[in-house]
Amino acid sequence: MSAEDGQGEAAPEYLQSFTIVGGDFAAAGSVSIAAKNLLKAVGFPAPVLRRVAIVAFEAEMNVVMYGGGGELAVYLSPTTVRLVISDQGPGIGDLELAMQEGWSTATPQMREMGFGAGMGLPNIKKNSDRLTIDTAPGKGTRLQVEIDLP
Amino acid sequence: MSPTISQIKDWLDAEVLTGSEALERSISMAHSADLMSDVLAFSHSDSILLTGLSNPQVVRTAEVAGILGVVFVRGKRPAQVVVELAEEYGLPLMVTNLSMFDAVGLLFARGLRGWSLVEPGSAA
Repeated sequence: MSAEDGQGEAAPEYLQSFTIVGGDFAAAGSVSIAAKNLLKAVGFPAPVLRRVAIVAFEAEMNVVMYGGGGELAVYLSPTTVRLVISDQGPGIGDLELAMQEGWSTATPQMREMGFGAGMGLPNIKKNSDRLTIDTAPGKGTRLQVEIDLP
Repeated sequence: MSPTISQIKDWLDAEVLTGSEALERSISMAHSADLMSDVLAFSHSDSILLTGLSNPQVVRTAEVAGILGVVFVRGKRPAQVVVELAEEYGLPLMVTNLSMFDAVGLLFARGLRGWSLVEPGSAA
């Protein structure tokens, strides 16, 4: 990825990645908390940490529930944290629909755990400064989220 | 109005399951939900969470959202693994026999508020 606007800002550099296990509802969320703790150790301020953690958690739940497993990668620049969450799952058929609050394909099991209310992607968008979603049926889903440091 | 978790425990006649070392934390808002997505979307940090769910995701959601303590209503006790997870995060867990409605009502009567009244007009 090239530097934006030619302002010479450094592109975020790879820091660490975490494996997300598909269908493991008991462990779901642990990767996001590990990522949060990593950034806390780096010295991130609490309000940014919270946004990063919420984005990571919602995305991780999606990968666990729908994506069949995948990966969360963390990139850092002095001004931005970038999260890339990818899976090899079925992909999202109608992205516009999936971005609407309340639209969900969750199973009863997911709902019993307190998820699957159709809030995940809208909540990710709300907490991010830039969001890119690459997805197609049968080709998995890749979210790239950037959150700027204050 | 920023009561401590310890005061909330007394008001709700609740039992502490873990995190007794963190009961002097001040709480600025309360949030009640069984929908964790709702907690992630609307709750604020420095809040207490009241819920009828007791799975590990409640504890992880609280940790992610910066929630300072969790109260399980209707006498719903989480499994030991859930208590241990909270212990790992230093998150106080309590259980009250009150219903969600009654627990929330008692806290409201004592002056605690949720985000929609603390920040009127602030669509989350």
